[in-house]
Amino acid sequence: MAVRTLQINDTLVSAREDQTILEAARDHGIKIPTLCHLEGLTDVGACRLCLVEVATVGGGAKLLPSCVSHVAEDMIVHTDTPRLGEYRRMIVELVMAERNHVCSVCVANNHCELQDMAVAMGVDHIRYDYLSPSCSVDLSHERYGIDHNRCILCTRCVRVCDEVEGAHTWDVAGRGTRSRVITDMNQPWGSSDTCTSCGKCVMACPTGALFLQGSSVSEMEHDRGTLAFLLNAREKKQWLV
Amino acid sequence: MARLRFATVWLGGCSGCHMSFLDLDEFLIELAERAEIVYSPIIDTKEYPDGVDVVLVEGAIANEENLAMIRKVRDRSRMLVAHGDCAVTGNVTALRNPLGRAATVLERSYLEDVDGVPGIPSEPGIVPVLLDRVMPIHAVVPVDVFIPGCPPSAAKIREAIEQLLDGRQVQLSGRDLKFG
Amino acid sequence: MELTDLHAIADAERAGRRPIQVRVCSAEGCLSSNSRAVRQRLEDATVRAGLEDRVQVCEVGCLRLCSEGPLVRVEPEGSLYQQVTPEQADSIIGTLTGGTTDARRGDPGGAFFARQHSIVLENCGVVEPERIESYLAAGGYQPLHHSLREMSPSEVVDSITRSGLRGRGGAGYPTGLKWATVAKMPPGQKFVVCNADEGDPGAFMDRSVLESDPHRVLEGMAIAAYAVGADRGYIYVRGEYKLAIRRLGIAIRQARALGLLGSGIFDSPFNFRIDLRIGAGAFVCGEETALMASIQGQRGIPCPRPPYPAQAGLWGHPTLLNNVETFANVPAIIRDGDAWFARLGTEGSKGTKVFALAGNVRHSGLVEVPMGMTVREIVEEIGGGAPDGRAIKAVQTGGPSGGCIPAEHLDTPIDYESLIRLGSIMGSGGMVVMDENVNMVGVARYFMEFCKDESCGKCIPCRAGTVQMHRLLERIGAGEGNRADLARLEGLCDVVKHTSLCGLGQAAPNPVLSTLRFFRHEYESRLRGDSPAPEESRSVNAARA
Repeated sequence: MAVRTLQINDTLVSAREDQTILEAARDHGIKIPTLCHLEGLTDVGACRLCLVEVATVGGGAKLLPSCVSHVAEDMIVHTDTPRLGEYRRMIVELVMAERNHVCSVCVANNHCELQDMAVAMGVDHIRYDYLSPSCSVDLSHERYGIDHNRCILCTRCVRVCDEVEGAHTWDVAGRGTRSRVITDMNQPWGSSDTCTSCGKCVMACPTGALFLQGSSVSEMEHDRGTLAFLLNAREKKQWLV
Repeated sequence: MARLRFATVWLGGCSGCHMSFLDLDEFLIELAERAEIVYSPIIDTKEYPDGVDVVLVEGAIANEENLAMIRKVRDRSRMLVAHGDCAVTGNVTALRNPLGRAATVLERSYLEDVDGVPGIPSEPGIVPVLLDRVMPIHAVVPVDVFIPGCPPSAAKIREAIEQLLDGRQVQLSGRDLKFG
Repeated sequence: MELTDLHAIADAERAGRRPIQVRVCSAEGCLSSNSRAVRQRLEDATVRAGLEDRVQVCEVGCLRLCSEGPLVRVEPEGSLYQQVTPEQADSIIGTLTGGTTDARRGDPGGAFFARQHSIVLENCGVVEPERIESYLAAGGYQPLHHSLREMSPSEVVDSITRSGLRGRGGAGYPTGLKWATVAKMPPGQKFVVCNADEGDPGAFMDRSVLESDPHRVLEGMAIAAYAVGADRGYIYVRGEYKLAIRRLGIAIRQARALGLLGSGIFDSPFNFRIDLRIGAGAFVCGEETALMASIQGQRGIPCPRPPYPAQAGLWGHPTLLNNVETFANVPAIIRDGDAWFARLGTEGSKGTKVFALAGNVRHSGLVEVPMGMTVREIVEEIGGGAPDGRAIKAVQTGGPSGGCIPAEHLDTPIDYESLIRLGSIMGSGGMVVMDENVNMVGVARYFMEFCKDESCGKCIPCRAGTVQMHRLLERIGAGEGNRADLARLEGLCDVVKHTSLCGLGQAAPNPVLSTLRFFRHEYESRLRGDSPAPEESRSVNAARA
């Protein structure tokens, strides 16, 4: 496997040629914000928070999603310019205005990647109209629930269910801002024939959208550790914690 | 140096932010030395005065009274601080927005989901008329400082007030910016 | 099938033709204004007049002047009748024996027709789209034969490269370069895909080509498949195009029956099978990665490029994806030579472009013009200007991904680069004329409504940003917006344009940006000036964790 040398934020770093810019940056302790990315799942480049500036031959910079863009020799990458900061802040505000993200009464309060992202981006208020859509809550599953008010359509649940559990219970229906994650043929989760109740979707969810029933405000902590253990065991055959 | 004219206002919120404000404990005494509290639910003034230097506004804009008040507050104050999540985002007060317009909300609350005698309360001049949508303050008037939190901790409020008293620009950072 | 067989069918077709042809437009536009009944009555009238031996009533594709349909053209005399009613059939046939008719006569020699230059549409309104014999009589499938028998695949690619043909789907990527990329991929399974998911509001070029001359597209695809080494093809047609789908289906069956598609075409080792895939109404499926996902039976949403389809397309195999009009140019380039094609048009944009001319214009319909013709020539000479003597305010090209060219720039020549410089794009060929009464904020709002409804919902900026832009445009349009709203709108244009995942999102702000650039006063004059509006945050809480 060949190695590539590139510059990230004016620091020379080396990376395997099959690595993405995001992986190379994280290997070197450089943080790039992400919401739809989850280690071990196929990247979809949907949240756009991981966009980085890559210098072009003409002297300008193009924006590339670092989760799906591979490193290249002599690439010059900036991950934290003022322009990127403003874009990321706007994107976080857009997603917070899209549904009813009421942190104070959310099961994932204080354990939420969206909430953390807003903090990280310096979001102190939302400049856009709250769309306040009417969203349903499905509690038909005996152990888990989904609150569409808190879903950001990152599709981690869809991917973890398909790629890790192999059930493909989750998918997305509808278009645009009316899109919803659905179970099976858009039926109540509890009536799904394919759901194995493994809970990986709940582990993967970045917000309070997927939760264990009985969780109250601030009680829902997504168990990323178990998910990481499973993925590690599977990919690297390492079974010890 | 003249003492700062300081006010707090309670709009569509649960008063939790004011409770948190009261949690400032002994700092309240220091505040009282450095600023004159000219209007607040905790003092006995009926009319919002002119020439307020700093006002902390708790709560969202939920009814016509809130709307008239926030416009008056904006007109008569130099620094308007959105104090707590309801003021900053609408928060719990705005949970009714997905249900629809005010009439739908009233019907749901007073006609559909009632155990006793159904009936929408109507006391003109006493019960303020609900707005169709609950709005955060910055959707109605310009806001100078946002202090998120439900409620913001006393420490966070103190930090913001100290910066305001010193005439500095308020700079909240890190977890102090967290909603909820 | 050999060349002699091809000629034999063509000769027989020509020999069987009656001296006078009465051609009735049977494209969707005229069909919707009852051209089928007109055709039936014309046939009856022919029989009643005892002219069956001399007169042939036939269904042809688009006769182009769509606003005046149903259209009937009589050849070889060249008369054109407009807005024909079934009742006028007898008198129209009567003119062939010296009678008179009250049917409205069009002007086939007028600027609308005379200023056009047909390559893609050369058979449009001439051949009968449901009869392959008619296409063969017009020389059809001879370029395919020539490619297979006289040229190597790389010679075909080189010829397309030399012709200077660029993608007609909108972006104008050099076609030869795209073909060469697919051709260079290692041998193995490769695909050729025709994008017929035309979805821009006001655009009907591809539909007209498919309804009028479907074999031309099949032939272009077959030549492409030979050039790049593919043996399977798909045409992805939008489901609303019922007639185009039906005619493509007929054309594929006919071509297969004659061995012009299928195995061992023209007794060569070249195999090529074409299947239809019907879109379910999602605009985003015109985006190539979403289109391929849809063909594969998945949800039609875009995915990041690279890899490009040419490297890893359908089911991971190299895939050549071109638009209908691009493929429709190919047989003519092979037939008449790349040098001929390269002489047409401008330095950077060769050949012709088909436009669907619509909106506030006297003659709306299908037009094909050489690249380099000015927008003014198209809308004022060919289109006849705005009706009732009103002034033209702007011309919109490129649909929801394009922009408005203001009246003062109407002398801009039609080529890819000039339109981009004006903040618009060539697009697939929608051209909507707007007169002085059109409200440009409303135009932007209309396109944004389209984009928000058609956003697939995958990436945040497009999904959530278009909704917010639409709300701001509604607010400003209604006179309830303020300066901060306008600033917010411009900020959203910036973020959606630069951070969206696919072309739909990246181009969604274009109608706003373009109207802001040329008609900013229309936005500003609608801003609420009376009450001081909420400013953007004056807060300085911009700290990072």
